[in-house]
Amino acid sequence: MLVDRPRPGRTGGERLSWRIVTSTAQRLAAIRGDVPPKRHNARTIAALSGNPGCARRAVLDGAGVDKPKLAERIGFPARFGQSRFAIARGNAFEAQVKADGGVELLRLVAQRLGVPVPQRADWTDLGGDDALPDRQERSRRALTATGPDAALFDHPLLGLNVAGQRVYLEPDLVAARLGGRFHVVEIKSFPVIDGQADPAKVAAAAIQSAVYVLALRELLAGQGQDPELVSHDVVLVCPRDFANRPMASLLDVRKQLLVLRRQLERMARLDVLLAAVPPDFTADPAADTTTLTAALRTVEARYAPECLATCELAYFCRDEARGHTGALGRAVREALGGVEEVSEVLALATGERAALPERAEAAALLRAAARLRADALAGDPA
Amino acid sequence: MSTLRALAKAQAVATGVAQPVATVRHLHLAERPLVLVPLALAGEANAPLATLVGTAPDTARLLVVPQPRNRDQRFRFAAELATVVLPYLARYHTVSEAVPVDRGRDVRHRYVDAPQLLVPNPAGVTFLRLLGRSTRFRRPDGEHPVHPDVPLLGRWLTFLAERAEQPGSSALVALTDALTLHWATGQSTVEDQHLPALLGWIDPPAGSTGAQAAARAEDPRVCPPAGPATDPDFDNRVLAPAIAAYARTEDDPAARAAAYAELERVLRDQLAPTWELMWRGVGLLRALPPGARVAARWDGDKDAFTGHTEHLDAAGGPQPRRDGAVAAAVRLHRLERALASYAVQRAYDDPLVMAEHRLTGEAFVGDVVLADPKRVDDSGRRPVLRPRIQVVTTEPVLVPAGTTLFSPARPAQKAKVVFLTPAADGKTEVVLELSGGMGRGLTAPPGTVPEVGERLCLTTLSDGFLPAGAFPAPEETPWTHGGPPTSTAERPTDGDAAEDWS
Ligand code: SF4
Repeated sequence: MLVDRPRPGRTGGERLSWRIVTSTAQRLAAIRGDVPPKRHNARTIAALSGNPGCARRAVLDGAGVDKPKLAERIGFPARFGQSRFAIARGNAFEAQVKADGGVELLRLVAQRLGVPVPQRADWTDLGGDDALPDRQERSRRALTATGPDAALFDHPLLGLNVAGQRVYLEPDLVAARLGGRFHVVEIKSFPVIDGQADPAKVAAAAIQSAVYVLALRELLAGQGQDPELVSHDVVLVCPRDFANRPMASLLDVRKQLLVLRRQLERMARLDVLLAAVPPDFTADPAADTTTLTAALRTVEARYAPECLATCELAYFCRDEARGHTGALGRAVREALGGVEEVSEVLALATGERAALPERAEAAALLRAAARLRADALAGDPA
Repeated sequence: MSTLRALAKAQAVATGVAQPVATVRHLHLAERPLVLVPLALAGEANAPLATLVGTAPDTARLLVVPQPRNRDQRFRFAAELATVVLPYLARYHTVSEAVPVDRGRDVRHRYVDAPQLLVPNPAGVTFLRLLGRSTRFRRPDGEHPVHPDVPLLGRWLTFLAERAEQPGSSALVALTDALTLHWATGQSTVEDQHLPALLGWIDPPAGSTGAQAAARAEDPRVCPPAGPATDPDFDNRVLAPAIAAYARTEDDPAARAAAYAELERVLRDQLAPTWELMWRGVGLLRALPPGARVAARWDGDKDAFTGHTEHLDAAGGPQPRRDGAVAAAVRLHRLERALASYAVQRAYDDPLVMAEHRLTGEAFVGDVVLADPKRVDDSGRRPVLRPRIQVVTTEPVLVPAGTTLFSPARPAQKAKVVFLTPAADGKTEVVLELSGGMGRGLTAPPGTVPEVGERLCLTTLSDGFLPAGAFPAPEETPWTHGGPPTSTAERPTDGDAAEDWS
């Protein structure tokens, strides 16, 4: 599997090149360097679906590379800071909503699902400081137990495999046996004002909740139960209007589930992707900057402006993609006939470069556009 | 995105500076607009944190909320903001003009000018809309009394935010939108929402390219965000300690004043750079000559301003939380019409915008080579003036014979395509029959028929009157469409005033 290929900046990568890497896991560990893999969480898994076509991201995330650290090492620090005001508010709202042991939550969820509010329901706190596998086992037992009454599970611990790595996930709440099914309940502190919420925040909540639905379905399937018992409708609990009073809404996450499943399957077949990655590729934070930068460039990226909101390497990849029409957004690239490089766009537009037959149509469009623009800017008529 | 605009973006990348996509200004700019730069506290439902507001670069007034989670302080902020906004609006409540209506048989009155608010970005518009929503139902009496100006401010902000949804309105403008309407940068539309980066591309400081200026503008330590969201790092390092310090001084007036001054200082530091950028952007826009149809669109804003003033004078209530079924349909219809007409008007006003339509075959430019201005069609019951002209164009003509075309030079005139003949060198000869815009007689007044040698733009786009749709009166709404408005969602109730904030 060691294919000799031209490698820029071999200096720091050298020490890996003699090692015969046998398994995917070993290979990923080698890429990561001498540090434990960065743990995924629902947010980072959700972000995986942000740019599913990007091999660079899949390899780095698959290897559990600390991307914020990597971005900083190569001089393109990410800016994903969180305000402590926002964190405090989120925690306060969740605490407030759960303060009465779930009485109000039960009513909200049941009403939203259109089922009678049960007389009573079990409330089980599955949080705790015990070791993660123990906690997960506790959650598994509680969630798969049968009982007559509806039940609410506070902070159950679920698991999911991401690129061979066991990831622990902690939804805010799972409601069981309401309307005969399990429902993931997410508590978010962004407001729903007159029935409307910030679409970007709703979208983020939907994909995150889909991660929990997936994990819960896997848990049931692992116990020989029907995974479809977990509803694809997620209950989102948000403050209503400008007050702190909670309200519940339903989010259908079927589409998000499809996207996630596809991306997780892709991550599970990382060996395929790794075959195209140079054997001495490293993202080890201990390596020097030039090595890291050169190594990163050997793995194909697919930068789009959306990366700015979803991937810590965005500033690096944007810099690399400078001069490409895709960096301006997909709509721009399409409007330019799919031509990838800005320099080629301009050469075709001025007629300086003859177009290949498959570009003939795009070239004609660009020439006409350039002529019209020049005319209008020169004050020519209409 | 149109290919023409995309090409301008590619040119911006290559040249390192934004490229024009308009040759005239497509919005109205008031002589003294009210510029507002709001900041909100992270994580809260539209909690005001600070605002710089004023009508000239050197008259910035800073409003701060030292404890943004405190509901009384929020309403005090609203009352304070009202002392700036309401007098500004009142300035336009002085002089009216008579406008003929009903074909000159009657007149109505409207204010000769209207207020204009400018904010940095669309999120700023949302901030004002939500501030309007959270204040317009408040009452000066009852359980949670507020200053009487607060609900009035809320109604005006709601009015302005609704105008901002209307394509072509200039009553409340996000500066990033106004600038991207006129310039294309070498960055994506997401990045264009960041005012400092956008202005970096359009007007880079001497010695740097637009790309460099934009990159520098992205570092929040060098260039604070243009709000309403603050930089998380600023929140954690600077703002949180300053708010905590203020909170600790409750029993010590001297210490409290010092803590307040410190808060003012750090917030002003965050706001001042954006304030400068706002006026720089206004200056760039002002340097463009206004498009011919801008004034008429501004008349629409004056009408709306007059209408809302009359509504309030007649003790009209606050705008409902949600539209009823009919109101929503009427609004959608109105917005769609405004959008279509705004697009046509910009093309008529601006050859660079019309060029986008020429590229897609909705317009072409040609030379008049033959003209028969005296031609009369007497085949009907009575003779009518129907001059014909022949235009030769090098552009592809995609419309079939029989199509009615229009020309921005004579918007009231229709030109029907009679023949289309391919000519030498890929040119096309188009014979057009003209009607309208030539008076009532059988002789066309001079200038109303294009002459030989004139360059003419012909387009399928029409700026003509679009008939309004017919909608049932609210009380006649069928139940399938929500029925008559009885639900509380559409009508403000007393309960709204008691709704508490976090
Ligand atoms: S920022 Fe780079 S690595 Fe991350 S998803 Fe985008 S292209 Fe891939």
